Amino acid sequence: MPDWLPRRRAKNEQAEDAATWSKCPKCSEVLYRRDLAANLWVCPRCGHHFRMSAVDRINITVDGDFKEIGGDVLPGDPLEWVDKKKYATKLAGDREKSQLSEAVICGTGKIGGFETAIGVMDFHFRGGTMGTVVGERISMLLERAREFHLPCVIFTASGGARMEEGMLALMQLAKTTAAVARFREDGNFFVTVLTDPTTGGVSASFAFQADVIAAEPKAMIGFAGRRVIEQTIRQKLPDQFQTAEFLLEKGHIDMVVPRTDLKATLTRLLDYAAAGHRARTAAS
Amino acid sequence: MNLIVERERGLLELEKRIAELRAANAQQSLDLSPEIRALEEKYSQIQREIFGSMTPWQKVHMARHPNRPTAADYIAEFAQFDELHGDRHFRDDHAIVGGFAKLGERSVMAIAQQRGRDTKENLRRNFGMPSPEGYRKVQRLAHLASHLGLPIVTFVDTKGADPGIGSEERAQSEAIAACLYEFTVARVPIVATVIGEGGSGGALAMSIADRIIMLEHSYYSVASPEGCAAILWSDASKAEEAATRLKLTAQDLLQFGIADEIVPEPTGGAHRDPAGTISRVLKNIGDALDELASLPAAQLKEARYQKYRRIGAWQNERLEVVKTGP
Ligand SMILES: [Zn+2]
Repeated sequence: MPDWLPRRRAKNEQAEDAATWSKCPKCSEVLYRRDLAANLWVCPRCGHHFRMSAVDRINITVDGDFKEIGGDVLPGDPLEWVDKKKYATKLAGDREKSQLSEAVICGTGKIGGFETAIGVMDFHFRGGTMGTVVGERISMLLERAREFHLPCVIFTASGGARMEEGMLALMQLAKTTAAVARFREDGNFFVTVLTDPTTGGVSASFAFQADVIAAEPKAMIGFAGRRVIEQTIRQKLPDQFQTAEFLLEKGHIDMVVPRTDLKATLTRLLDYAAAGHRARTAAS
Repeated sequence: MNLIVERERGLLELEKRIAELRAANAQQSLDLSPEIRALEEKYSQIQREIFGSMTPWQKVHMARHPNRPTAADYIAEFAQFDELHGDRHFRDDHAIVGGFAKLGERSVMAIAQQRGRDTKENLRRNFGMPSPEGYRKVQRLAHLASHLGLPIVTFVDTKGADPGIGSEERAQSEAIAACLYEFTVARVPIVATVIGEGGSGGALAMSIADRIIMLEHSYYSVASPEGCAAILWSDASKAEEAATRLKLTAQDLLQFGIADEIVPEPTGGAHRDPAGTISRVLKNIGDALDELASLPAAQLKEARYQKYRRIGAWQNERLEVVKTGP
């Protein structure tokens, strides 16, 4: 047993230790976080894809600079929601925990040399739920992409619409759909990469409106949550149900791409679209 | 058990008593009118107590009242209706009813969520919860309407989209996402009316519209109160609390600028006067269509875009306020 293990197991583990080591939730292998990061947060032993922070995702996807869009759009509390905690308190806690101002980061940068509008959702902020800010930032991203004829790639990770913003959150499905439609009507290319998990309001809007839909291995993707379905039908669901592989077999998505191949795959997709764009521009 | 059904039971008994006394009064020489008057007073007092200021949770129950007029009752009052079936891929989903219709003189495409009026019909219609093939039927009919230039009239009444295994296997997410898309790009006027329950994405799939009408006691919510309570607190029994917090009543939605108008219901709810309620709703739909008819398609689509684009964009303004602080 490594000498750090008892300390890790102790209840009052030190913050820097927790930050240094991560245990694979799939195979229980304890991994040095620096090695894990070098392997793009994929378990070297079993291939489990860890949920990634939006910042890490941008770092492994974007070539160089990333110019943020909509970062100054911040959440309010339109319903003045209070349950065990105030919504404002929940937001402050997530801001502290995730170092993010909301559940998505949007901006522009290069992927494999192609200037692209990029949105990255982060499950660590309110479970990646879509409220007014996520809807607004995604819409701003698509509008910017349309203005400059950039392709758009969005990495989804979301538990659905954000309850604490009520109907204003549900309306973000409509708003982002409108932005996607405008963007695509102008002949632009839209790709989504569905990561673990992508469910509810996000899967039922822009996630499934893309020209190409890719997913990471074993990502949980669906409309209704597992728990809801199990309660409805009163039986356990098979493990494979609602995984990326299941959706691929059923014909709902285009491809399942391991994270280590993702950037190269996106680059090839962007290249096809760029060729199409060049041909259309030349013909007109 | 439906709260409203429970509470109105006493009223219905009183109603019966009053009718009996009236009949007796007409036949006998004995004057019963003081008793009748007393009962009538009691009746209106109870009525005020129950329906004077309904809580959001009571409104949810009113929206679910078993005798509440369903979409079929509204469609029956159209001058003409030719139903179109199926999604051309898998099957005909009976939770969705749609087809060509005449609203007065106007030709329209009517599309509705249809719950059952009894257990047997509810099983056939899956309690008004559409499956992916239902949403694909919606999408097909909306596309056809846009193609022909016919306005789209929808009636929303669902707890939500079906959450079953088969629905997941046939891509419920994609079916709803495609409906949202179709309604967004439609080149014709769209008027949506929430007649009962407006549950989540399953309701939104038929209500991206130029005009949203809500019945006084209908609700429209990001999730059903039970669903919200299960998601946030893993406890569906806290549905009443969720209903209060979600701000899901027609009156709340009018304030948010999501609903455009509210059609009043008779005291006691739409089921106490279905014919009157339905004719008021159809009149409002007709008026909305008349207003929208004059707009060219491009202008209509631009207005629809801006309408949704604005929802939730107010944080920008608030941020400015924060920024100018010390
Ligand atoms: Zn592992």
